Amino acid sequence: MHIICCLKQVPDTAQVKIDPETNTLVRAGIESILNPFDLVAIEQAVRIKENHGGTITVITMGPPQASSILRQAISLGVDDVVLLSDRAFAGADTLATSYTLAMAIIKLGNNIPVDLVLCGKQAIDGDTAQTGPGIATRLKYTQLTYVSSIQWIDPENRKIQVERKVDGGVETVLGDLPALLTVELELAKPRRASLPSLIASLKAPVPIWDAKAIEAVETLVGIKGSPTWVRKISSPAPRQGGPKFRAGTDPDKAVAQCLEVLFSDSTFFSNFKLTGGRNSDVEKF
Amino acid sequence: MQEKYDVAIVGAGPAGISAACVLADNGINAVVFERGEFPGAKNISGGVLYGHDLARIIPDFSQKNCPIERNIVESRIWYLSRDGGYSVSYRDKAFESQRRYNVFTVGRAKFDRWFADQASQKGALVVCGTVVTDLLRDENGRVTGVRTDRPDGDLNAKVVLLADGINSPLAAKTGFRQEPSPSHVALAVKEVIDLPEEVIDQRFNISSGNGVTIEILGSITSGMNGVAVIYTNRKSLSLCIGANLADFATKKIKPYEMLEIFKTHPMAAPLIKGGKPAEYMAHWLAEAGFENIPKLYGNGYLIAGDSGMLFNTLHREGSNMAMVSGAFAAQTIIDAIRKNDFSRSSLKNYESRLQNSFIFDDLKKYRRFNPFLAHHPEIFTSLPEAMGFAAREMLTVDGTPKKKKQKKIWKNLRKNHSLSALLRLMWDGYRSV
Ligand SMILES: Cc1cc2nc3c(=O)[nH]c(=O)nc-3n(C[C@H](O)[C@H](O)[C@H](O)COP(=O)(O)OP(=O)(O)OC[C@H]3O[C@@H](n4cnc5c(N)ncnc54)[C@H](O)[C@@H]3O)c2cc1C
Repeated sequence: MHIICCLKQVPDTAQVKIDPETNTLVRAGIESILNPFDLVAIEQAVRIKENHGGTITVITMGPPQASSILRQAISLGVDDVVLLSDRAFAGADTLATSYTLAMAIIKLGNNIPVDLVLCGKQAIDGDTAQTGPGIATRLKYTQLTYVSSIQWIDPENRKIQVERKVDGGVETVLGDLPALLTVELELAKPRRASLPSLIASLKAPVPIWDAKAIEAVETLVGIKGSPTWVRKISSPAPRQGGPKFRAGTDPDKAVAQCLEVLFSDSTFFSNFKLTGGRNSDVEKF
Repeated sequence: MQEKYDVAIVGAGPAGISAACVLADNGINAVVFERGEFPGAKNISGGVLYGHDLARIIPDFSQKNCPIERNIVESRIWYLSRDGGYSVSYRDKAFESQRRYNVFTVGRAKFDRWFADQASQKGALVVCGTVVTDLLRDENGRVTGVRTDRPDGDLNAKVVLLADGINSPLAAKTGFRQEPSPSHVALAVKEVIDLPEEVIDQRFNISSGNGVTIEILGSITSGMNGVAVIYTNRKSLSLCIGANLADFATKKIKPYEMLEIFKTHPMAAPLIKGGKPAEYMAHWLAEAGFENIPKLYGNGYLIAGDSGMLFNTLHREGSNMAMVSGAFAAQTIIDAIRKNDFSRSSLKNYESRLQNSFIFDDLKKYRRFNPFLAHHPEIFTSLPEAMGFAAREMLTVDGTPKKKKQKKIWKNLRKNHSLSALLRLMWDGYRSV
């Protein structure tokens, strides 16, 4: 098996705030971390390797500082890393990013054919969840998004079966290899690096590929290849709580009032998908 | 699998990193363990550093993007009563030119990271996110390496340097140093207050890039034996206030309450007005003094910096003693590696190096300072108020003859302080500094 993981270095959004005056992200002083979903992808790749053998290559597109997340991947047990770094890559949206990563995967596949590509389901800074599908589409791989469990992989017959999260339930899907999976957090709990591999990762070289190395077309990478424009960023209005019913001395009355409000709301039951035959989701329960 | 290194260093603070730099400069492979996600992640300090000692490790530090906040050109000392205070200050042009970076402020989170990067570039290995939980020993009790909290986490080394700071459970576990007693540590809280650069320049009357430090004594520590400081950073002020841990325990005062009172004092409030609180932290400081320095070396190990209680309370010098002791430890290790002897007697040189330096001289010279403060609580209670009363009376123009005022002041002072107590205070104070 040759497994490739695509990683992204992101600002730790748990710490990022939106400046209320300018409506832009305040990134100053915020730590950069490995996208948490990608960490799960690495863990899953290592587990597949432990079961089926093979080799894991990890790639990221980013500035030279992004090499720190590749080292982190090495400490967790991957075999090879590549940093895609070139001034021409700067300013990429998901279209240009997926193109760049796909070109790198093609090049990696020339040495050892690729069986599986694992990406996080989304990056916590943009939350777009588009890069993985973009790569799969370009490479014409089976596309399996929101994977919450891998049931089995059969490398001989080139098949994979996974469970993926869908609205209101879980879907079991059988697909052909090569496949690209975007993974949910619950897929695998990341391990802690052992001391020897942590030390080895600090000494490991990080090879860098530029646009030329992956034979990328200049107009398709970076800002030139990115038609997306961010017009505005705004914080959603804080959620309002619903009405409150004081039980006081007469709890029966409060319950009756509460039920009345619920029943008079025509969307109440459909929200919970309990409306019987009219809703196709019901079969899944 | 067990990795083998020449030297394992616990802690990537100033002491550990200085040692790593000196070792790496001499081609010795050293690995530094830091429990924080990065060096400095767990560190706080009022943030004053000393160019002379840093230059011994990184001679051209100011050309190497060292994250300096401001070059200190003026030092102020305040003695505060509840509503007022005395201020003495000294500023010198030399500190802007020939003696630039004699003293400067840094943010420890940034500085420690930069310092550790310098060590890595020289070839030391800095392993973060890893706690050293115990030391490995052979059947004779000789230290042979460290145990960490990671899987496969043992690492053998010819010698271990403990540079793990004051607040490390490792010291108690290994028995190399006692858990410090409450009266031997101070608890300090620090708040960083953001202000625009120009506002700081104006309020402290300084040109850009330069800065001021203020050291503060008096009733500001709510009658406890302690100090406060205000340091200028580029776009923020560090406010720090601390007192002896034993005093906190008896007075039952909360450190953050003391900080809030400090912030409203008429001398401090105008300096921080309009600023935005950005960080708040609490930390211990070593205050044990010369008599309580533990044995700093033994078979297979050495101790440097705060972990060895090397701290000069009066001159708030800790990081420089950490750097210098770290460098001495490294030089001792280099000699030991040449002799291939890591026994206690081979490492004894470390003590002589410390004895022949300013570190032991200063710690000895000031060994009476902490007891002096501890034995004269009036410095923090009645004296500041009596002194405040004196100045207020003398400066109030109300037609009273000055002679009469002086009498009134003297009477007020004697109310709480006997003549012999005052003389003792002066004599003890003179001898302690
Ligand atoms: C509020 C305050 C203000 C101060 N102001 C000044 C000042 O202005 N100027 C000055 O010179 N000094 C100042 N000091 C003192 C100064 O901070 C210390 O003296 C100095 O940091 C000591 O350096 P060190 O390397 O010995 O220890 P530290 O800086 O404490 O470094 C120890 C490191 O070891 C790590 N560590 C500990 N245990 C373990 C373990 N088991 N495994 C792995 N890692 C571990 C810690 O995370 C830490 O990074 C101040 C201190 C305080 C608390």
